[in-house]
Amino acid sequence: MAIEIKMPALSPTMEEGTLSKWLVKEGDSVSSGDIMAEIETDKATMEFEAVDEGVIGKILVAEGAENVKVGTVIATLIAEGEEADAAPAPAADNTAEEKPAPEAKAEEKPAEAAPKKAESGTDKLVQDAPAPPADISVPAGTETVKTTVREALRDAMAEEMRRDPRVFVMGEEVAQYQGAYKVTQGLLEEFGDKRVIDTPITEYGFAGVGTGAAMGGLKPIVEFMTFNFAMQAIDHIINSAAKTNYMSGGQMRCPVVFRGPNGAASRVGAQHSQNYAPWYASVPGLIVIAPYDAADAKGLLKAAIRCEDPVVFLENELVYGRSFDVPAVDDYVLPIGKARIVRPGKDVTVVSYSIGVGLALEAAETLAKEGIDAEVIDLRTLRPLDTVTVLASLAKTNRMVVVEEGWPTCSIASELAAVVMEKGFDDLDAPVLRVTNEDVPLPYAANLEKAALIDAGRVVAAVKKVCYR
Amino acid sequence: MAKTPSRARAAKTPDSPPAGHHNQPTPGEPTDYDASKDELLEFYRQMLLIRRFEEKAGQLYGLGLIGGFCHLYIGQEAVAVGIQSALVPGKDSVITGYRDHGHMLAYGIDPNVIMAELTGRAAGISRGKGGSMHMFSVSHKFYGGHGIVGAQVSLGTGLAFSHKYNDDGGVCVAYFGDGASNQGQVYESFNMAELWKLPIIFVIENNQYAMGTSVNRSSAEDQLYRRGESFRIPGIQVDGMDVLAVRGATEEALKWVQGGNGPIILEMKTYRYRGHSMSDPAKYRSREEVQSVREKSDPIDHVKKILEGAGVTEADLKAIDQKIRKIVNDAADFAENSPEPDAPELYTDVLVERY
Repeated sequence: MAIEIKMPALSPTMEEGTLSKWLVKEGDSVSSGDIMAEIETDKATMEFEAVDEGVIGKILVAEGAENVKVGTVIATLIAEGEEADAAPAPAADNTAEEKPAPEAKAEEKPAEAAPKKAESGTDKLVQDAPAPPADISVPAGTETVKTTVREALRDAMAEEMRRDPRVFVMGEEVAQYQGAYKVTQGLLEEFGDKRVIDTPITEYGFAGVGTGAAMGGLKPIVEFMTFNFAMQAIDHIINSAAKTNYMSGGQMRCPVVFRGPNGAASRVGAQHSQNYAPWYASVPGLIVIAPYDAADAKGLLKAAIRCEDPVVFLENELVYGRSFDVPAVDDYVLPIGKARIVRPGKDVTVVSYSIGVGLALEAAETLAKEGIDAEVIDLRTLRPLDTVTVLASLAKTNRMVVVEEGWPTCSIASELAAVVMEKGFDDLDAPVLRVTNEDVPLPYAANLEKAALIDAGRVVAAVKKVCYR
Repeated sequence: MAKTPSRARAAKTPDSPPAGHHNQPTPGEPTDYDASKDELLEFYRQMLLIRRFEEKAGQLYGLGLIGGFCHLYIGQEAVAVGIQSALVPGKDSVITGYRDHGHMLAYGIDPNVIMAELTGRAAGISRGKGGSMHMFSVSHKFYGGHGIVGAQVSLGTGLAFSHKYNDDGGVCVAYFGDGASNQGQVYESFNMAELWKLPIIFVIENNQYAMGTSVNRSSAEDQLYRRGESFRIPGIQVDGMDVLAVRGATEEALKWVQGGNGPIILEMKTYRYRGHSMSDPAKYRSREEVQSVREKSDPIDHVKKILEGAGVTEADLKAIDQKIRKIVNDAADFAENSPEPDAPELYTDVLVERY
């Protein structure tokens, strides 16, 4: 029977892609290793190779097709000796394989097993999260454009680079490769290699070069491929960038932005999956921003680039590809240091940031069905922390849960619990609860990864607990 | 025992070019700077100012007026004075490590505000919040004063990046020690500086000891001027105890860097007479070793002899000495009598903007 060629998952986070180009046509012979098609994923354009030998039977998805789900049959391959016009597998004449016998299933060949996106514990982090409403600072009725977080970040950089010739971006693969996660796509073309600079793999070195350039009067955006790699550069972020203005009695400015994905990605194991927000948020002299949706990503990155202080800007790979409404405003800049109530409510305050906001909103919808009206706060900036907004909400609801995709110990959640003890104790009707990842290095196995990470169900359970329900 | 610096002729990479680099352009052979009598007097005056200033700082440390770490530059004066004299203040930028008093004085920064910083007073150049290791003067393009060994090399490469980006004709001089020359980020910076042809002079002040560890005990390649070879960065070894040799080598280095050839390394063979910091008993070397350098290679005596040969009288030199003693004593008085920072200063300058 004909072999089904299915849309492959070509990156850990890919759910669908664009079939950019067929490099073979019906009737062509292919052998293992031949490139059959070009497929554009959420990260890059990839070549798709043949695994088996045979003749291309039918091309079922035309080139140029967008949003082709992983696992969709895109073509058929006819093995040697088969008829050229053999129909796709389900209609094939091989009766033996149609038997629902369990033995037959067990004998399924790997080539015929449906390719699917690898299972991951991170799936639930982005599953059903509803989009938050527009920022209250945006007048009602403002036109919006559906934009991915990835595009919003790129737009923010491009706009600021047009506005200020001192702004440049440097990092690994930011220029010719168009960004390891495509965040800097198109910048090289528009701004040239003087302002969009590929660095060697040398995090400590280029973090120092960026910091020094900022001291010399420029406004660098230093991209880390992930913040896990920035651990090699943390000396410059803290000792050089954060402390020098103070140590110099206010003489030495360091307006640098360190940005890149932070937190758990999908199935990449412990060394590529850490949330560094609590580390950086503990350092005086730094601004730490961790947006959730595309509008905040754009408005806050623009603010970060304009800022005269060093900024650590923590993104999240798992939301890069998600679309949100971004106000179609000429110059969308948001204030640093202001949290946002993304869902008003009266019964309980659920505080989160970054990817946790989506889970908090998802949990809030579930809770609403059970009669619990949760107020969800997106902190957006982690240093300085907008404790005023949090405490005002607590004063209204008298209960609080903090949701954080990160370790529990010495976390943003622990910090908020301490703030509430010190400044909101009389408003508490229940202890503050933390919903965080498990206190272990993130495991690789899908089931263990799932067990280690937070999900909406755990938020729901914690909220019920503080509501004594 | 470490080798004491000799008056040997400057050595540089092209004498023994690494394989495959034969067709590379190379920097010119440096010659001792031909200083006028006035210039020699100025070198003498500046080196003496650093010497007396540092002696005073040592004294104030002993009296408890200076706290923490205090790294003195005594013995190394010719390096900062020779190099700084070739730079254009306000155009060329300078960055160094924590042994930074000498570079600041050589760049013409007021001794009063340096000494007041050492005593932690409000009038200090960092308003008393930086201390000996963390001093800056952005108006002089003196960018510190950094406490983490080697950090200034990456930061300096960034300063050089900004010179090139702005096309302002400036050069960055990044000073670091023989100890820092074993830090990984130094090589990360070498790579980028050469890759992007950045206008930077890497100055290795080889004073023979990284705290208590001699170069021979810490460096597989102890000829530090060769440390750029695998990055195709040329290096010149210079007698760092001779201000004229230092100035001459700096001129060649500036020509190389300003010619768009990218970075260059100057290894300055020098020696510190005092311990690594004030709390270092310096048991790792003999008294005789130190004494021998002082007697044979002292950078100030060297210029003094040239001046005497040029007809400058003992009385003239004594007058300079007295003037400098007064400057240093005034700085010490200023530093001792200035008030400490006001309590609210604790919270200023953490961030530039308000949020």
